[in-house]
Amino acid sequence: MEEAGIRPVAISVDTPEESKKLCEQAGYTFTFLSDPKAEVIRRYDLLHAGAGINGGDVARPAEFLIDTAGTVRWVNLTENYWVRARPEQVIEAAAALK
Amino acid sequence: MNIRKLNWPIWAAFIVSVLSFLLYPFFFVRFPVTRDFPWANLPLFLIALVLLGIGLRRAFSPERRLGSKIIASIVSLTTIGVIAMFVLVVFVAARDLPASQGAPQIGQKAPEFTLADATGKQVALSELLTTPIKGKQPKGVMLMFYRGYW
Repeated sequence: MEEAGIRPVAISVDTPEESKKLCEQAGYTFTFLSDPKAEVIRRYDLLHAGAGINGGDVARPAEFLIDTAGTVRWVNLTENYWVRARPEQVIEAAAALK
Repeated sequence: MNIRKLNWPIWAAFIVSVLSFLLYPFFFVRFPVTRDFPWANLPLFLIALVLLGIGLRRAFSPERRLGSKIIASIVSLTTIGVIAMFVLVVFVAARDLPASQGAPQIGQKAPEFTLADATGKQVALSELLTTPIKGKQPKGVMLMFYRGYW
């Protein structure tokens, strides 16, 4: 994705410590952002209330491609938890960006 | 244990159903064809049900002991339970997601925000859109919201 000039950014309710642990375990090098109070998740209307392991609020899976002007250029709001955006789809959407 | 006495179809049905259940999240989900609809799981569960039928007929034949009938019934119910659980996980629970009608749409501005990254540093969306990637200006940002691990 970075080859195509697209910066991947992951957002969840996990704390920075938990994200750091995940990055170290899985070898992820891209940006992980923490939204423990789900403020941004709420602003994007992606809150899945009470769906966390301990009944907490979490984000539903969703992907947004945003151009440098801050405009949304591609959205994937899956209706099935198992079905996520594939890297090819993202690269294809990214190819349309200058 | 005598192999002739062992009601193998019942146990095979159970093993096939558990295997089918586990193969979905660990293997079939990697391929869009077997993930978007569990095509690969259907024949496996069908095989499990056929084996279950054969096993139950054997168990309830007159020469079988009562214990065999009881065990066959328990294993059958468990197998049916595994299949029911699969349907629940893949068809019901997985589709229980909020509609998110207020989410930013194509052509709209993505709401600006500032959040802490994994090192605790505050990062703004506008920074992510302009900070170079390996010395080159980025074309955009891919925001990926996920459930997280707690």
